[in-house]
Amino acid sequence: MQQTFPGLLVAHAAQRPDAPAMREKAYGIWQTLSWSDLAAMVADLAGALHEAGLRRGEHVVVIGSNRPRLYATMLAAQSLGVTPVPLYQDAAGAECVFPINNADIRFAIVEDQEQVDKMLEIRAQCPQISNIYFDNPRGMRNYEETGLASLDDLLAAGKAFSQKNPSFFADEVAKVTSSDVAAMFFTSGTTGNPKGVVHTHSSLLDRASVGARFDKLVPTDEVLAYLPPAWIGQNIFSYAQWLAVGYIVNCPESAETVTIDLKEIGPTYYFAPPRVFETLLTSVLIRMEDASTLKRALFKHFMDLAQRVGPIKMAGQSVGLMDSLQYALGDAIIYGPLRNNLGMSRVRVAYTAGEAIGPDLFTFYRSIGVNLKQLYGSTETAVFVCLQPDHQAKADTVGIPCEGVEIKVAESGEILVRSPGLLKEYYKNPEATAEVLSADGWYHTSDAGFLDSDGHLKIIDRVKDVGRIKGGAFDGSMFAPKYVENKLKFFSFIKEAVAYGDQRERVCVMVNIDFDAVGNWAERQNLPYAGYADLSQKPTVYDMIRDCVEQVNADLSRDAMLAGSQVSRFLILHKELDPDDGELTRTNKVRRGFIAEKYGVLVEALYGDKTEQFIETQVKFEDGRTGAISATLQLRDAKIFTPVQAAA
Amino acid sequence: MAKREIGDVILDVENISLRFGGVNALSDISFDVREHEVRAIIGPNGAGKSSMLNCINGVYQPQEGQISFRGNTFKHMNSRQVAEMGIARTFQNLALFKGMSVIDNIMTGRNLRIKSNIFLQALRIGPAEREESEHREYVEQIIDFLEIQAHRKTPVGQLPYGLQKRVDLGRALAMEPQVLLLDEPMAGMNMEEKQDMSRFILDVNEEFGSTIVLIEHDMGVVMDISDRVVVLDYGKKIGDGTPEEVRANEDVISAYLGTSH
Repeated sequence: MQQTFPGLLVAHAAQRPDAPAMREKAYGIWQTLSWSDLAAMVADLAGALHEAGLRRGEHVVVIGSNRPRLYATMLAAQSLGVTPVPLYQDAAGAECVFPINNADIRFAIVEDQEQVDKMLEIRAQCPQISNIYFDNPRGMRNYEETGLASLDDLLAAGKAFSQKNPSFFADEVAKVTSSDVAAMFFTSGTTGNPKGVVHTHSSLLDRASVGARFDKLVPTDEVLAYLPPAWIGQNIFSYAQWLAVGYIVNCPESAETVTIDLKEIGPTYYFAPPRVFETLLTSVLIRMEDASTLKRALFKHFMDLAQRVGPIKMAGQSVGLMDSLQYALGDAIIYGPLRNNLGMSRVRVAYTAGEAIGPDLFTFYRSIGVNLKQLYGSTETAVFVCLQPDHQAKADTVGIPCEGVEIKVAESGEILVRSPGLLKEYYKNPEATAEVLSADGWYHTSDAGFLDSDGHLKIIDRVKDVGRIKGGAFDGSMFAPKYVENKLKFFSFIKEAVAYGDQRERVCVMVNIDFDAVGNWAERQNLPYAGYADLSQKPTVYDMIRDCVEQVNADLSRDAMLAGSQVSRFLILHKELDPDDGELTRTNKVRRGFIAEKYGVLVEALYGDKTEQFIETQVKFEDGRTGAISATLQLRDAKIFTPVQAAA
Repeated sequence: MAKREIGDVILDVENISLRFGGVNALSDISFDVREHEVRAIIGPNGAGKSSMLNCINGVYQPQEGQISFRGNTFKHMNSRQVAEMGIARTFQNLALFKGMSVIDNIMTGRNLRIKSNIFLQALRIGPAEREESEHREYVEQIIDFLEIQAHRKTPVGQLPYGLQKRVDLGRALAMEPQVLLLDEPMAGMNMEEKQDMSRFILDVNEEFGSTIVLIEHDMGVVMDISDRVVVLDYGKKIGDGTPEEVRANEDVISAYLGTSH
C-alpha cells in the first residue's frame, strides 16, 4: 500500500478516533491526546501555515524536544507537501545557519525562548527567515520582533481557517504521494558542512513497517520519546513507527524527569544508546554499594545466577529444574524489582544502537530478563538494516539483514547495503550523493565489517579509520582504533578513549576517566582529590587504568587480525572531552583528527620517551565564555602480549 | 502578554524606629513601594535589613512609626494578619519542612486559602476533595514555573541548597501574594544559581504581577534587577532611588567601600 505520514494520521483518526495517540505530562498529570484530537490540531496548523504563506516544496525547520505540538507541526508541514527539517535543540545558533540557508528556509517552529533567541541571533545571517513560531510562551512577553508568534495564535488562526475552508486539509493530504520527500535530516559530519539526508514517505515508512513486523509491534505499545527528534533513530521510533503502527508516544515533562517518567509510563518498546543503559546500570550499582550487607549478598548471589542462567533462558533454551526454580525466586525478589526500578517492567523489546555496547552491560540487561537487542543502520538507511531476532542476541554482532535488505562486503572490507529505505539523495549535493550511492543502488556505509558464520553482521570500525601499523614488531598489521577504544570504554572507569597508531610503530591512547565511577571508587579508597583534573592524575588511578589497558591487550592478543592494535602507552587527560570544545560530535563520537591536532604535544609525548608533559588548553564554558586550563600529565607504558598463534 | 506597568504606592513605610533595649536597630526609616515594582533594600551586614522586613511582616512591632498597606494603616499586627492581607515572605535561612516533599511544602503555602475544615480534609470527602484538587493545580503551576518537576516528590532535605531556596520561593508564591518579601534570596549561591534566581524573581514580578521587596547584600545582582533601591547603614536610611542614583550616592559608596578620612 502506498502510504504517507498525513495519510496514516487521517486513517488512524477515522478508524480509532478515541484511541490515545500521544501523552504529555503537564502539571504532574499525564494528558492524553487522541488520534482525532491530533488530526484536528494538524488540520488547523496546516491551514494556518498555508494562510501564513507556506507553500508546497518548501522546507521548515523544527527545533525542540519531544512535544506533541511540535510533532503536530511536522505532520502539518508534511500534509502541505512541505519538508520538515528537525535540528538538534542543543546545537549552537551558528550550527543552524548552514541547514537553514541550504534549504532556503523561511519558517521556523521552535519549542521555547531559548530556541527563539537562537533564531533571532542568526537572523542577520539568514535574512529569509520570516516566520518564527514558539510552543512555550514562557519568558516571551517582551519580544516584539517581527514575524514572531506563538503556536497558540497559529492554532487559533488555523481554527478560523478550517471553519472557512473545511475541505482544505483533506484536499492537501490527498495531493501528497509516497514518493514525495517526507523529511530531511542533517548529519553531524566530522568534517565540512553537514549534509541534508533526504528521505521520502516510502523510504521511512517501509523501514518503519519492516521493523514493526519484525518485532510484532501493536497499537497498544507504549514508547517514551526522550531523545532529540533531529536524530533519525528518535524519528523512526516515535514518529515513523508511531504512525505506521499507531502506538502511543509519551513525552516526558522535562529532560530531568525522564527517569521518573520512564517508571510511570513503563514503556513496552524502548530504545536507548549504550550510554543510557550504562548510566542506568551505574546508578544501580552505586546504590547497591551503599546497601546493607544482607542486601548486597542477596544481590550478588542472584546476579551471579542471572549471569549464568539468564542468557540461556533468553536464547530460548531450557535450563535445569533447580536453576529454573532459583531464577524464579530471583525474579520475585531481585530481578523484578530491579526492572521496575529501571522503568523496564513492561519492556517487550528494547534496542540499543549508535555505538558498540559492552558485553558485560549487554549481558546484564538480558540476564535480568530485559529483551535488549542490537540493530544496525544509519541516517542514510532510515535505520533498519540489521536486527537481532529475539533469541539470537549477541554482544558483538548487530544481527541479521532485515526484510528487503541486501548486504555485501566490498574488497576494502566496506559494507554495502541495498534496501528500500535508502536515502533519496544528499540535499543539493550530487557529488556527495554519488560518493555513497552507486548507480546500481548500493549504499556505501563506510563501515568495515563482515558477516559471521551465523549470518550476523559484525562491525569492526569505520573503513577510513582502519589503518596499518608501520614498522616494529607488528609491521603491516591492521589497526582498528574504534575497536580498541570501545574495548577500553567497556570498563566503567573509562568514559572515553582516543587511539592512535595508523602509520606508526605502536598504538597509543588518551583516556578520559569516568568521574562518577572513579570518584566513587576513590571515596571508598579514602583517596582525597580536588576535582576532575586532580583525580585523573593520581598514581593509583593510573595503576587502575593500566590494568584495564593490559586486560584489553590480553584480549586483543587472542585475535589474530587485531593483535597489532595492542596499546603500548597511554595517558589520562585532565579534562573531559566535550562537544562544546569540538572534541566530540553532537552525538558524542570522538573526533580523533581534531583531538590529535589540539593535543599535538601529547601525541608527540606519547610517541616520545618523556614520562610527563605540560599542556594548556582552551575550554568553552556552558555560558559561552572561554578560559584556559593547564596541567602536567603523566605518561605510562602498558604490557604487550605475544599474539596467541592460531592452532595449526 | 502586557508589559508590566508600575502603579501607585501599595506599601508605605513611615518613620519606623525599632529598638532592642539600648540598640537602635532602625531609626526613623521611611520609604514606599509601588505596585508591580521590584524594590530592594540593601546595606552592609547589621544594617537592619532583616529587621525592616520583620517589621513589615509583623514579626517585630516597631516602637515608632507606621506601615500602610493599600491605604490601611497598621501599627500592631501579627504575622498571620499580615499574611492574610496578601504579604508573603521567604526566609534567609530557609524555614522548610525538611522531611516533607516539595509538593507538600508548597501546599502549606495554600493553608490560608483552604476553606474546608480539618475533619473533611482528613477524610477527603465532599468539598474538601475538590478543593484539594484546585490547590494542587495551583501548586503544580508553581512547580512548572520554577522548573522543579523532577523533584516534586523528593523530601526537601535531600535537595541542594539552591533548589531549597526555589521551594521556599514557591511556598511564598502559593499564597498568591500581592507583595512578596524576599530575605536574601541569593545568599550562599554560586554565580549560576544567582542568575537563575534573578530570572525567577523577574519572571514572578512580570508573570504573577507580584510586587517584590527584596533584601540583598550582593550589590551587583540587586542593581540589575531592581527598579528602586533603599540603602540602610547602621539602622539609618542613607540612600533611596533608582540603581543609577544609588550607585552615584557618596554615602552609599563610603558605607560599602569605606572612605579615607
